[in-house]
Amino acid sequence: MSRIEVLKTYKIYIGGKFPRTESGRYYQPEANGKVLGNICLSSRKDLRNAVVAARSAQGGWVVKSAYNRSQILYRIAEILEGRRTQFIEELIQQGSKKAQAEKEVNLSIDRLIYFAGWCDKYTQIFSSVNPVASSHFNFSVPEPTGVVAILAPEESGLLGLISQIAPTIAGGNTCVVLASENKPLCSVTLAEVLSTSDVPGGVINILTGNRKELILHFATHMDVNALIYCGDNSTEIKSIHEAAVDNLKRVMIRDGGGYVSDKYESPYLIYSLQETKTTWHPIEKIGAAGSVY
Amino acid sequence: MKNKIDYSSDWNLDPAPESTGHIKLKTKYNLFIGGKWVKPKSGKYFATINPATEHKIADVAEAGQADVDAAVKAAKTAYDTVWSKLSGKERGKYIYRIARLIQEKAREFSVIESLDSGKVIRESRDIDIPLAAAHFFYYAGWADKLEYAFPNRQPKSLGVAAQITPWNFPMLMIAWKIAPALAAGNTVVLKPAETTSLTALKLAEVIQEAGLPDGVVNIVTGYGKTGAMMVEHKDVDKVAFTGSTGVGKIIMKSIAGTNKKSTMELGGKAANIIFEDAPLDQAVEGIINGIYFNQGHVCCAGSRLFVQESVYDVVLRKLKDRMESLYVGDPMDKNTDIGAINSKKQLDVINDYIKIGKAEGADIYQPKCKIPKKGFWCKPTLFTNVAQSNRIAQEEIFGPVLAIQTFRTVDEVITKANNTPYGLSAGVWTDKGSKVFNLTSQLKAGVVWANTYNKFDPTSPFGGYKESGHGREGGLHGLEPYLKFD
Repeated sequence: MSRIEVLKTYKIYIGGKFPRTESGRYYQPEANGKVLGNICLSSRKDLRNAVVAARSAQGGWVVKSAYNRSQILYRIAEILEGRRTQFIEELIQQGSKKAQAEKEVNLSIDRLIYFAGWCDKYTQIFSSVNPVASSHFNFSVPEPTGVVAILAPEESGLLGLISQIAPTIAGGNTCVVLASENKPLCSVTLAEVLSTSDVPGGVINILTGNRKELILHFATHMDVNALIYCGDNSTEIKSIHEAAVDNLKRVMIRDGGGYVSDKYESPYLIYSLQETKTTWHPIEKIGAAGSVY
Repeated sequence: MKNKIDYSSDWNLDPAPESTGHIKLKTKYNLFIGGKWVKPKSGKYFATINPATEHKIADVAEAGQADVDAAVKAAKTAYDTVWSKLSGKERGKYIYRIARLIQEKAREFSVIESLDSGKVIRESRDIDIPLAAAHFFYYAGWADKLEYAFPNRQPKSLGVAAQITPWNFPMLMIAWKIAPALAAGNTVVLKPAETTSLTALKLAEVIQEAGLPDGVVNIVTGYGKTGAMMVEHKDVDKVAFTGSTGVGKIIMKSIAGTNKKSTMELGGKAANIIFEDAPLDQAVEGIINGIYFNQGHVCCAGSRLFVQESVYDVVLRKLKDRMESLYVGDPMDKNTDIGAINSKKQLDVINDYIKIGKAEGADIYQPKCKIPKKGFWCKPTLFTNVAQSNRIAQEEIFGPVLAIQTFRTVDEVITKANNTPYGLSAGVWTDKGSKVFNLTSQLKAGVVWANTYNKFDPTSPFGGYKESGHGREGGLHGLEPYLKFD
């Protein structure tokens, strides 16, 4: 008698823990005529819980040294490398050809390495000492925007997801992600990778579910600082722009697919989720006339 | 304390008025479109008054839809046929010319600015106008160096920029808008605030004198609805706005779903934090400058003062003493510290907040100074016994009103300071370097002044976090909102 396979319960990832959705709901995406699984149909309440987790984790993540953040991103790549086979199988299950799946996993790992390398470098690229005319020392540095909501690419369930998450957390932000609705398997497995990769709980939170149901809740949440929308539905884009106004979220529109392109390897993706802070301090001029206060 | 000087009686200075005879103003201004002065098709004009005397200075055109259409068309034509084809170097030379002409006419600009806005001549002469010229001079030099500012990004201009400026620093905010827009290769339709149109119109004369190609800069005057027409115009590629967070949100809603790029410089409610180890006399000067500079009509004003409990009594005493010595009155007098409130409307807003502060149970203090009978005036005001939840501690007043709170620990004051939807600026006063950097790195604000306050420079990026807006003006960072990249 052949062995009975143990089936997997797919969960969401909030604050470093793996709950099922509080709503108890599920959906059954299909590929190649087969149901992929009973995937959590996350609710607005799950989103709120995830934002709370992301906000709580923000303070701890931003004060980690850039070197440490860099090593943590590198560690994600290491663990992902160790589970290559599983990701390739899932991609094939979701409809990819084998060669295509292998390429996507390889690129995903490499992209993490790429952004791991930027963690302790982008600040130098985007900072400046400003030669003000008065006797002050004046400098500008990038700082993370805060909590970033990501409506992940629908067509690129692993590479697209990583291409959005990596620059977000490399820059010291924390995030709440809504994974690809029809290709969610890799996002759930990625959460398992993250939880064993030294990424503090709450830095990355991953929900699965229905984009139409959650999109406006993502865009209106008052404790989300920035929103990345991957896709090209102009009605959705207009409505999130409008909804984002209430707390002046920064809104970024990115591609729904095509993440193989190396335009997704750029420090400007990190920079787009940064605020510029400028600091002034007087310089004492011994013997000079007048005061500069 | 005994034997203190009573500034209201013992310290009378003779008047020292700046002369106004040398300025050239028309009694009626048309719109500046396509390099020419054209009558508004709307046929409407409105009066601009001197807020210190309530006397009319001139009539200014009110642009309607047809006028806005004409201005955008002129800007688009100038962009397509001339400006986008010009080399960066030549663009830069035009901008340098504008900078030089502003310098040459600096005193005239200063006087007009003070007459029209109510700000004191000392500030318009020493700060607003020189900084405006410096902005043009700084960005002129960027025009042919953009690829060095954004390596590997192939920066390109956007097209027509619609720019709407506020009444608190009329000429300076115009410079912040126009200079980077032109340097980046865009053309401009600009609307100054309705209460302070005159320096914008004077700048139009300078632009003519500089020989800038027709239509590269168009100046239309009018109220908010004129601004709305500009923002909503289909041929506008970029919207830059400085003003209230409320209006900023309306603009963002109206451009939602379009490809218009935007810069929003909005409101603030900055924390100015005094630690017990701060040089207190300097800190008190910083508090005064932080909140009473420009009548408190400053988006980055240090309107929430946090004083460490151990030095609260002495800081409050020094602050009140210093407030007694402030001169409130004629903006044209070189000795005046606090000029006129910009408009009756704004004075009403400020007075409402003062009433609210009292009703909420905070204690008010105002110095004894006299204020003129005619015109719009508000004595420098502070509130003590303020709760974090009070509206005067939460909302932007945009006037000379300071809300004082106390704190004990560093963590407490950081939490309180950051507990606001705004994030434009902050101030920190302490003699300890490590404490300065702890605070400056934890305060969520775009500009942080340590042991100084309200300093500005063309090379220094300015702009907010959170609901204080997005995008930066000034410095290399200020070019980015006027460019697109591959």
